[in-house]
Amino acid sequence: MIKFEIDGKKIQAKSGSTIIEAADAAGVDVSHIPRFCYHSKLSIAASCRMCLVEVENGRKPLPACATTVTAGMKIYTKSHQAMQAQKEVMSFLLINHPLDCPICDQGGECELQDLSMGYGRTSTSFIEGKRSIKDKDIGPLIATEMTRCIHCTRCVRFCSEIAGLRELGILGRGEHSEISTYVEHSMQSELAGNIIDLCPVGALTSKPFRFKARAWELRARAGIAGHDCLGSNINIHIKRESDSQPERIMRVVSRTNEKLNETWLSDRDRFSYTGLYHADRLARPMIKQIGKWQETDWETALTVATQKLQNVIAQNGAQAVGGLISPNSTVEECYLFQAWLRSLGVPHIDHRIRQSDFDHQIQSPLVWSTCKCVQSLEETTSFLLIGSFIREEQPLITSRIRKATQGGARVHVINPVDFDFHLTLTNRCIVSPWGMVCSLAAIAQVLFGNDKKKLNIMPKPIAELIRQQKPNTVEHDIARDLQQDKAPLILLGALAQAHPYFSYLRVLSETIAIEIGAKTLHLTDSANEAGAWLATALPHRRIDGVSIKEPGYNAKAMLAKTLKSYCLFGLEPTYDSAYPELARTALQQAECVIVCSAFKNKAMLEYADVLLPIATHLENEGSFVNIEGTRQSFQRSVNKPFAEARCGWKVLRVLANFMGRPGFDYQTVLELSSELSRNLENDLQSEHIPPVDFKPLPTVSDNTVWRCGYWPIYRNDSLVRRAEPLQVLTVEQDLAKLRLGAALATHLKVNNGDRVSVSSDHPDAKPVTLQVLIDQRIADATVCLPSGLPDIAINGPLSVVRITT
Amino acid sequence: MQHNIVCFRTRHLDQPWSLENYRSVGGYKQLERILNDKIPPEHILERIKQSALRGRGGAGFPTGLKWSFLSRGKPIQKYLICNSDEGEPGTCKDHDILMLNPHQLIEGMIIAAYVLGTTVGYHYLRGEFWHAFQRCEQAIKEAYQEGYLGKNILGSGVDFDLYNTLGAGAYICGEETALIESIEGKRGWPRFKPPFPANYGLYGLPTTINNTETLASVPVILQHGAKWFAHLGGKENGGSKIFSISGHVNQPGNYEIPLGTPFSELLNIAGGVWKNARIKAVIPGGSSMPVLPGEVMKRTRLDYDSLSKAGSMLGTGAIIVMDEHTCMVNALACITEFYYEESCGQCTPCREGSGWVTRLIKRIEAGQGKPGDLDCLEQIAKGIEGRTICAFGEAIAWPVRSFLKHFRAEFEYHIEHGCCQVAARVR
Ligand SMILES: Cc1cc2nc3c(=O)[nH]c(=O)nc-3n(C[C@H](O)[C@H](O)[C@H](O)COP(=O)(O)O)c2cc1C
Ligand code: SF4
Ligand code: FES
Repeated sequence: MIKFEIDGKKIQAKSGSTIIEAADAAGVDVSHIPRFCYHSKLSIAASCRMCLVEVENGRKPLPACATTVTAGMKIYTKSHQAMQAQKEVMSFLLINHPLDCPICDQGGECELQDLSMGYGRTSTSFIEGKRSIKDKDIGPLIATEMTRCIHCTRCVRFCSEIAGLRELGILGRGEHSEISTYVEHSMQSELAGNIIDLCPVGALTSKPFRFKARAWELRARAGIAGHDCLGSNINIHIKRESDSQPERIMRVVSRTNEKLNETWLSDRDRFSYTGLYHADRLARPMIKQIGKWQETDWETALTVATQKLQNVIAQNGAQAVGGLISPNSTVEECYLFQAWLRSLGVPHIDHRIRQSDFDHQIQSPLVWSTCKCVQSLEETTSFLLIGSFIREEQPLITSRIRKATQGGARVHVINPVDFDFHLTLTNRCIVSPWGMVCSLAAIAQVLFGNDKKKLNIMPKPIAELIRQQKPNTVEHDIARDLQQDKAPLILLGALAQAHPYFSYLRVLSETIAIEIGAKTLHLTDSANEAGAWLATALPHRRIDGVSIKEPGYNAKAMLAKTLKSYCLFGLEPTYDSAYPELARTALQQAECVIVCSAFKNKAMLEYADVLLPIATHLENEGSFVNIEGTRQSFQRSVNKPFAEARCGWKVLRVLANFMGRPGFDYQTVLELSSELSRNLENDLQSEHIPPVDFKPLPTVSDNTVWRCGYWPIYRNDSLVRRAEPLQVLTVEQDLAKLRLGAALATHLKVNNGDRVSVSSDHPDAKPVTLQVLIDQRIADATVCLPSGLPDIAINGPLSVVRITT
Repeated sequence: MQHNIVCFRTRHLDQPWSLENYRSVGGYKQLERILNDKIPPEHILERIKQSALRGRGGAGFPTGLKWSFLSRGKPIQKYLICNSDEGEPGTCKDHDILMLNPHQLIEGMIIAAYVLGTTVGYHYLRGEFWHAFQRCEQAIKEAYQEGYLGKNILGSGVDFDLYNTLGAGAYICGEETALIESIEGKRGWPRFKPPFPANYGLYGLPTTINNTETLASVPVILQHGAKWFAHLGGKENGGSKIFSISGHVNQPGNYEIPLGTPFSELLNIAGGVWKNARIKAVIPGGSSMPVLPGEVMKRTRLDYDSLSKAGSMLGTGAIIVMDEHTCMVNALACITEFYYEESCGQCTPCREGSGWVTRLIKRIEAGQGKPGDLDCLEQIAKGIEGRTICAFGEAIAWPVRSFLKHFRAEFEYHIEHGCCQVAARVR
């Protein structure tokens, strides 16, 4: 600690702190030092000169953002010299700044406007002409008004330091400098929207929000973002109801949480709100009467739903009903969903709609692996990433890893596609989905392949697989690096989770982790996977954590077995399921399909019987459990969700009430939450479960072709799929094309642009015709065809496919 | 007075740049002696300190002291950079060193590298120096062939690789940290200091950067001894210096003469003021330095301390002479326009202030001046000075303030009468 003085007040700070850091840390005790270019999360530019302060015995004023404090230093932030410097810098900043505050979207929340109140002069001595700069089109998210730019370069630094993509830079020199993308193009970074928050003036503003409201007309409510497992903290900005418009969510901005999102937000979390009032939004409950849809009131809709469901149960038993809930639902919704269905005797309950391999589920821990790791990601020095397009799945976790690599951390990946993460990778195994399992086994072999004892206690097929491997140099390198590192981290992503040999990947990675003292972490691609596990929206476990002797069907089996009735919550299975083909058939043939959803779609109107409109996460109340295992509660941001929509937990409670189930008398979500907390805190202990058998190794021939079907960033859930500005950004690789490497193209005798048909690997699968795009990033024996796209129903995001030319 | 005895010592020869000619005046002898006799680097450093050699790039920082900042012993890569960006208007001395005596610079750099313990050097030339670049390429090639550069120089175990790099035409890339950024392939934007290049330079590693003339002086200092060099000039003002004299003189050009020579003597050497006109003003150190009235200059000696006492600076040694027919408003407008065009745009006072002063002065020149403009001008200059990242801010502020200080009446005349006083008098 260093002792020094600011404005006569005695202050202490860590050695190496800058004056501005020390002053900010001292908080209210010290007057605020004005600044523009400084941002605590970015490198120091020291260029705006707004933060000049006087330092005793200093020859000239020094920038507080770039000057480190020394013992005994006496700093004056409000002395004549300091104020003179600050005021003069302010007048320089204002001479070329347009006086268009009345029509500027930043008005009311503009750092330049705020500071000019304190430091600006009321009249100007500047009578020369002002410069103006041509605006740039940088895409559907960010509006530019470059004449307003004050050259603080926060946006430029953000792109290269945090987003890892140098999309913005400065062109020209001196007064003619301008921020630009060099060649005009839409910004591709999935974090680009942060530059709107960073820009201290109105040069970069939100395009979707443009001219929609003034800052002072908005009310901010704290919320939790709902599109990945980080649980970023957000503020939801709402405009009051007026004569011309009902209450509306106008925008979402980031809310600082150092442990999770810091001050950032991904574009998906920031702009998904633009999908809220899409034409597909369900405004009122709907029922299908003799094949015709009609809107109705809640009472009627619930009555119809009750009757239909009770009919099915009366005739076929509760065994004929299956319940699927989205892992983006709140903990409370998951809990009530399973409680309601279990109270009816329904055994088939699941949220794992993107999983393919459920073996070993009974031995999985009560909560999907979580650890308090987000902040420590930056200190981690070795990562092994298995099956993840992490930049699209978890944009902000990726930026933490990026920061680690900037400090020298090594990242190794095992993936079916050489995805671009905008960070430096040390080693990559780009192999087919089955190759992923083999690579991991090869790494295991390097680590303990000769240890008979260790192999003998492993499940047979896995030990066998490890023995078979002939590790290559990359696998050797990865193994050695993991072994030498103090605390490596193994990350399993959404593609691992969707993998048909997920159980293998999981056992192998856990075995490796134990061997080398690593941690493993599952990066789930939904907001509340951990919460759904805790609330046991699962077929094999009761809310008290005890395994069910004869578990119900899992998400895949439920669809494969074609049940009589399905209850869907927050899902569009033809987009969201790993088995869209199975889903369509199963739902279509069912007698009764009850859907609680915020949105409708074409297929849904065909298969559903009752549609109950629910709130999206931005309008909802409840809680999410994130990757760290932290349960974050949020209150309703709006007075009421869109039109007649209701919070999901209320709909589920009333459904239970209508069906005469006792014990569903919650008046508020708080009551429900506290009951749930009691349940969750009951020190859940997994009972000892004997080892289960693993499925045998697959037979892989030279002609086997695998599919990699990741969910593109903006196809991941029903809200983002309707956020139009985000849809505009869908880049070519996410389009419905069949991408494959040159070797496979030669083998199949196809060329760029040829049309081929692709289908799942079973006899009566319907083929889809697609154009070929040769792409060297795709592993051998693999084709890449994203999931979640309209009209492409192929089962199994990582399974074997058949291609006919 | 002795002319052309340091950097220009080959100038009298035919093809002065050839290796052969350089050798004929004792070239590479010092390097050979140092390596053969294994003279400890500290000894050479001591000589340089005793010679009172000061930086010829503008700031006049004592070279020996600068070299001692680089921690020689640190077991990491260190770099030596030679600054041949020579962008300051009026300055053209480095160009002539490169054209006339490139080997002396190379020898100076190798010796500097030996003293500093650096194994890699960069020679940064401004983008327009295409001929000089080619000459240096040729010279470096010859030096490699003779075993003066590369690994295990002359069997001594000492390594030094030297590369020429061309800039892309920005004045600011002469500023040492902007130059470093430019070598790294980035925009030439000066860095905030501290840290200084000695700790955090090229690629973040310790770096020493010197001007061409500074480095090219080293072999001669070692040949004739530190005392000899120091005695050429006055106290703390060792050696001789190349003065690039330009403007209204009969024989503009580069003259290498001892520091401390009276200005009037140099003026004589350069043939005096042209057309028998009277001298009005002189900028003694490149266009960014404060202007002085001709009368003051006539009484002043050309060295660091004398000029600073007179209210200006030696700078790069580029002397711009203006005769009585010069319009000082126009002269200042030309100077500020240059800096307006060359500001890198990074920091606010310089980016915005350079445009403001330029527009304001041009408006006055055009006869549109208003009362209060001069105070405003003074105010803007003060607002830039000492508030910027690099010394470019002073390069705008000093001319403005010194022109107003010494020639305010001429500016007032422009404002009051809407026309030029000098032109009116001529009429
Ligand atoms: C705006 C600006 C431009 C400069 N241009 C040059 C230049 O063209 N050549 C040069 O040698 N030094 C230039 N300098 C000075 C260098 O920053 C540096 O001080 C010098 O190269 C150090 O060498 P010396 O110690 O040998 O003088 C410039 C400085 C500033 C602030
Ligand atoms: S003073 Fe001028 S040239 Fe120097 S960094 Fe600032 S803007 Fe660039
Ligand atoms: S905040 Fe310190 S210079 Fe910009």
